Amino acid sequence: MFKYLKQLTSLVAMVAVLFTFTTETMAAKKSKTLKNTQKKGFVRCGVSQGLPGFSNADAAGNWTGVDVDVCRAVAAAVLGDASKVKYTPLSAKERFTALTSGEIDILSRNTTWTLSRDADIGLTFVGVNFYDGQGFMVRKSSGITSTSQFKNGISACTNIGTTTELNMRDFFNSRGISYEPVAFEKADEVVAAYDAGRCDTYTTDKSGLAAQRTKMSNPDEHIVLPETISKEPLGPVVRQGDSVWEDIVRWSLNTMIEAEEYGITSGNADMMKTSDNPAIKRLVGSEGELGAAFGLDNDWSYRIITQVGNYGESYKRNIADTGILPDRGPNELWTKGGILYVPPAR
Amino acid sequence: MKLKKILPQLATLFVVILIFGFFTMNAQLNMENRGIDFGYGFLTQESSFDVQFSLIEYSGSDSYGRAYLVGLLNTLLVSVLGIIICTIIGVIIGIARLSPNYLIRTTAAWYVEFFRNIPLLLQIFFWYYAALRALPLPQDAEAIFGSSYLTIKGFYTPSLIWKNLDIFIYSVIAAIIAIIFVRIHAKRLRENEGKHLPVLNISIAILFILPILTFFFGGVNVGYETPELKQLAKTSFKFEGGLSIPPELLSLVIALSLYTATFVAECVRAGIQGVSKGQREAAASIGLNRKQVLNLIIMPQALRIIIPPTTNQYLNLTKNSSLAAAIAYPDLVLVFAGTALMQTGKAIEIVSITMLTYLTLSLSISFFMNWYNAKIAIVEK
Repeated sequence: MFKYLKQLTSLVAMVAVLFTFTTETMAAKKSKTLKNTQKKGFVRCGVSQGLPGFSNADAAGNWTGVDVDVCRAVAAAVLGDASKVKYTPLSAKERFTALTSGEIDILSRNTTWTLSRDADIGLTFVGVNFYDGQGFMVRKSSGITSTSQFKNGISACTNIGTTTELNMRDFFNSRGISYEPVAFEKADEVVAAYDAGRCDTYTTDKSGLAAQRTKMSNPDEHIVLPETISKEPLGPVVRQGDSVWEDIVRWSLNTMIEAEEYGITSGNADMMKTSDNPAIKRLVGSEGELGAAFGLDNDWSYRIITQVGNYGESYKRNIADTGILPDRGPNELWTKGGILYVPPAR
Repeated sequence: MKLKKILPQLATLFVVILIFGFFTMNAQLNMENRGIDFGYGFLTQESSFDVQFSLIEYSGSDSYGRAYLVGLLNTLLVSVLGIIICTIIGVIIGIARLSPNYLIRTTAAWYVEFFRNIPLLLQIFFWYYAALRALPLPQDAEAIFGSSYLTIKGFYTPSLIWKNLDIFIYSVIAAIIAIIFVRIHAKRLRENEGKHLPVLNISIAILFILPILTFFFGGVNVGYETPELKQLAKTSFKFEGGLSIPPELLSLVIALSLYTATFVAECVRAGIQGVSKGQREAAASIGLNRKQVLNLIIMPQALRIIIPPTTNQYLNLTKNSSLAAAIAYPDLVLVFAGTALMQTGKAIEIVSITMLTYLTLSLSISFFMNWYNAKIAIVEK
């Protein structure tokens, strides 16, 4: 009898040790970046130097755009207030260094997810908030309506430090067309040079072309050619090595997309608290304990939806209503013919 | 006593090593934490990006190492062109500032005050964006001197096509060697027998006659190719053939040399004014005219004062050429510390190489100018 008791106590002790160990790892899960962010009281977010629809500041210094909304969603989840974001405008060249050196905690700056970036330079891509592809813009008066009309000696303006530079080479090389690449550091400089007639074509992500076209001296004189020469999945990036923070950013974005899927908007989120659908109830925080996994409270996703809105609202507000890309194309939900599909929040 | 002298130096050295050690440790630790490798192996990898303008053969299938070389040569090109042009303008303006003619003097002073008090980056933007916008499109360009064209896409001019160029170059080298011998001979003649040879005339004669002879006997031949307008699309044209200079290079060289010339001009003015008035008066009193006074008496002495500060300006110009990145001129900073850094993510490696390169460039110019300065310095007898 005593023998069994001894075994039982050792078993209990072992379970107890295991349990304390697990609770301790749970506590340790509270990431350094999360702790720092909560201490500072704002999310440090790297954005572009001005790309309408994605991240653009108005005259009063208020940032708007779908990329900006990702940072706002994280701020709403982590700090309870979507406006508590400090934006750092970065050029394409500066962006990764700013992130890896710890100057910012999220890079949400129309950045293409590629293998080498993900694997090589200490970055982790957490998802895709815009499916894009590289295209070309030309002057309407040139009569060019397709990239098949490009001829040897064409000069192409673009940004340095982007996948664009590499795709452009692949594109022209595979077609045996000689070209003159004119690469600038800032997008505004590219637009100014192309607008002045320095280049025959301007190439970057199609969403970027549509957005920059609105900045031209006469937008109607330019057209974006129909061909798409590359896959450019754009999404937020975090530093490698803080998996909790990575999860928070990933699921803040996923929450926005999933909320649209279930028809939860910033307007009806309150009513949805009493919905019959458990998936909806989990998203608005009236069921389940999803926030605890990140060390957050249970209303984190509710705050994202009420303060920032779902993905569809964000798209409409920033990209469709501003006339940049009224058609959502691939950036439509999978249930409506697009390719937006996120893992379930449960 | 000796220890007392050495101790503070040792302490300083220790602190310097400590600080460097700390930074290295810190970088190493953080890079390890974030899973970033350190290494220069990427230099042999394929770069897979193209560069607009390069002095050597280059395409994206070449290595990052070659891309570095392309950037370096482009930086050198801008620097050398800038230094030559700013020296010419600077000397002219510097002398003009001391002209007895009121109009020339005042214009020169205005030039100096205007260009040196506007930030360089702004001037580069001005020449690129403002001046460039005013240039015609290729199809509207008027020919300059028959077959050169200045357009928004660059400056196009006929290029020379050489046959047996190597023989021609050898003849020029031979001519230069011959001139050096003539000079040595003339100097000996002057010192030993007091005879004057017209060295300048002989030198010019050799420099022209020898290369020209190769056209008749060496099989050297030169033709030229003029730029031709080519249609790319309905309203899109470009020039092909001949020599084309991209507008980025053009505006960068103009901006850099006009800006630096103001400082060179001030060095020249100060140098000339630094030669005592007595020298000028003494020269005038033995019947030398104004040009002779300047060339034979003032300038040789003024150069000693002019060169050290002018060296600084040359160094500044070389370093300022890195502003090229703002207007898409593919210099070292744009190609290597820009595109290559972005594509590889090797920030520490690339920035360190770039810094070391600029340091080497600056020190080389400095050494050369110091050597030249020592050579022309007055040797006290």
